[in-house]
Amino acid sequence: MKPHTFVVTVEDLPGVLNRISSLFRRRGYNIESLTVGHTERPGVSRMTLVVLTDGPGAERFEANLYKLVNVISVADITDIPAVFRDLAMIKVAAPPERRPEIVHLAEVFRARIVDLSPDSVTIEITGGEDKIDGLLDVLQPYGVLEMAHSHDPQVSYSV
Amino acid sequence: MKRTGAQILWECLVREGVTTVFGYPGGAILPAYDAMLDYPIRHVLVRHEQGATHMADGYARASGRVGVAIATSGPGATNMVTGIATAMMDSSPIVCITGQVGSKLIGSDGFQETDITGVTLPVTKHNYLVTRAQDIAPAVREAFHIAQSGRPGPVLIDITKDAQQSFCEFDWDSAAPKPHARPERIMNPASISRALDLINSAERPVILAGHGVILANASSTVRQFAERAQIPIAMTLLGIGGVPASHPLNLGMMGMHGEAWVNTAIQEADLLLAFGMRFDDRVTGNLKTYAPNARKVHIDIDPAEIGKNVGVDVGLVGDLREVLQGLLPDVAPGQRTAWLRHIDEMKGEVAVRDIKNLPDDGHLYAAHVINDLWRATSGKAIVVTDVGQHQMWEAQYYHHDDPRTLITSGGLGTMGFALPAAIGAKMARPDAEVWVVAGDGGFQMTMPELATIAQEKLDINVAIINNGYLGMVRQWQEFFYERRYAATPLLSPDFVKLAEAFGLAGAAITKRAEVVPAIESARQHAGTVVLEFRVEQEDTVYPMVPAGADLHAMIRRPSPLVETAEDA
Repeated sequence: MKPHTFVVTVEDLPGVLNRISSLFRRRGYNIESLTVGHTERPGVSRMTLVVLTDGPGAERFEANLYKLVNVISVADITDIPAVFRDLAMIKVAAPPERRPEIVHLAEVFRARIVDLSPDSVTIEITGGEDKIDGLLDVLQPYGVLEMAHSHDPQVSYSV
Repeated sequence: MKRTGAQILWECLVREGVTTVFGYPGGAILPAYDAMLDYPIRHVLVRHEQGATHMADGYARASGRVGVAIATSGPGATNMVTGIATAMMDSSPIVCITGQVGSKLIGSDGFQETDITGVTLPVTKHNYLVTRAQDIAPAVREAFHIAQSGRPGPVLIDITKDAQQSFCEFDWDSAAPKPHARPERIMNPASISRALDLINSAERPVILAGHGVILANASSTVRQFAERAQIPIAMTLLGIGGVPASHPLNLGMMGMHGEAWVNTAIQEADLLLAFGMRFDDRVTGNLKTYAPNARKVHIDIDPAEIGKNVGVDVGLVGDLREVLQGLLPDVAPGQRTAWLRHIDEMKGEVAVRDIKNLPDDGHLYAAHVINDLWRATSGKAIVVTDVGQHQMWEAQYYHHDDPRTLITSGGLGTMGFALPAAIGAKMARPDAEVWVVAGDGGFQMTMPELATIAQEKLDINVAIINNGYLGMVRQWQEFFYERRYAATPLLSPDFVKLAEAFGLAGAAITKRAEVVPAIESARQHAGTVVLEFRVEQEDTVYPMVPAGADLHAMIRRPSPLVETAEDA
């Protein structure tokens, strides 16, 4: 069992996401993450799915996806080199006297400050999971108030 | 010329070849019902919408054509769910049309509003919510395509009332189903040659013939294949009829209530050739000990079935008949005398079947009834069964030689299926002799459809195997719950009087000697006859593999019984 990443293009119609999530539920697939977005083609949406399964399970998952009429293509890109980026927004407690340290830490991680309030700072970071976890570790002592973390779409390398 | 959505619906159905629909009217589907009168459609008014779906299913299974059911929104639609799920599990092509509240009302919890596309999502191959008249024709055309193509299945089209009422241009051609982009599946030549190697080198192969043999019209190809290579065939419940029961290579049914020699052959095999079957838990028993020495070649049209329950050495995805025709020229003619002789010897030990050992001194056994029905109808009737003990006895003792002559709910095991499905089968094949074989429990689930039979003046004969129990559940209680018969004793109405109340004929049979005369007189009678066979109450289906047990660990009939001259 390991995480398998699928890029699935689907017809952009109401209820398609429901059809896909229903498939997960009724076949008992363990979903790690799901991202939906537009593609370069009108009327076509793209989903990036990460599912914990074994090799034959991944093949059946692909076959089950193809049984959904609105699915256009399925690609298992687990073993294909790809660029992938996670995105996280982290809101940290930051009274004015500690702000400079936090801003400095963000710079070290090449993260951006996207919001500032009298007692908190919100930092946006993209990158691999390790990098995001690293920033999170050093921010924890200041008090992480809120975090939103998403696995963003992956794009395979051009060959 | 502009037409209403309702007119377009019927125009499309007629062009799809539909002549008969099974349904029940109601508020949200009224515009469609009103328009129906102007089209050459025979509408069968059911007594419950579940019946409509089973009828469409029976129609499809008897004929291979798409069956159509129609109902209103809300309860009309939800009543269809069981029949849709039944069709889904058994890959039966049906199209269900439901009315929906007006599109402006959707989401407002309007009167008789149900999100039926949401409800049926997991039990349909695909479904549509249509809110505009111009979307009806493309939805209907695509629905018929989807229902019949690939692995068949049910499709539901939910049409709002305003979409039925509003006008638009009707253009049949531009409503043609657009091909859904799919990567073309090219059979891997390496897989084919690996499959051929396994087939040609196997010493103890067994073919597992499933419903796919019938759905793919592959009966004669499977026979050619088996005969050429001299490979014995075991059938799943839904595979029955796919290969003639009388064929010397046909061993019979496998699985939980399969014959001992069939299951033993599977366990001893060195190669299993799975043709259009899906290794259901009812045919494999314990997967850990299933056919431990066998390589497995699985041919199925649904790639999601390959390796789902049982790991296979080679999976070939495609239409069974085409795949087999492709393999056939390279299949080496075989003898396999030793293997066939070995199976024959196993069979020999139990060649006098359990049934034939049953005493008939004043007792009536269900197995006798089924066996007599088989003889009386020369094995040529379409038999539609319900679910339970009688279903297994039918599978064991009615020997079907032709495809589409056993119609039964396999995967979902839907009690109440038989009577409505038989109505559908009779409508599809009016010239065929159709028999319902049902238990006293399942029959009572859908017995109001007797009124449908009476109203449509159909000639279907009904054999109720009445043992006063929910027999299969009782059997499990006997084996696994210390005979604690919780909620299985069953009071039934007087079925003869019941039949008469519907204007149909009825008779009750209590003795073996009365069985054949009763069947004969029902066959002669123009119109439906309900025969109530009052059989042994605590009879048991043998052999039996307990759920999850090893396939070869069968419970056999305990005591040796006397053979009667009549059965020998």
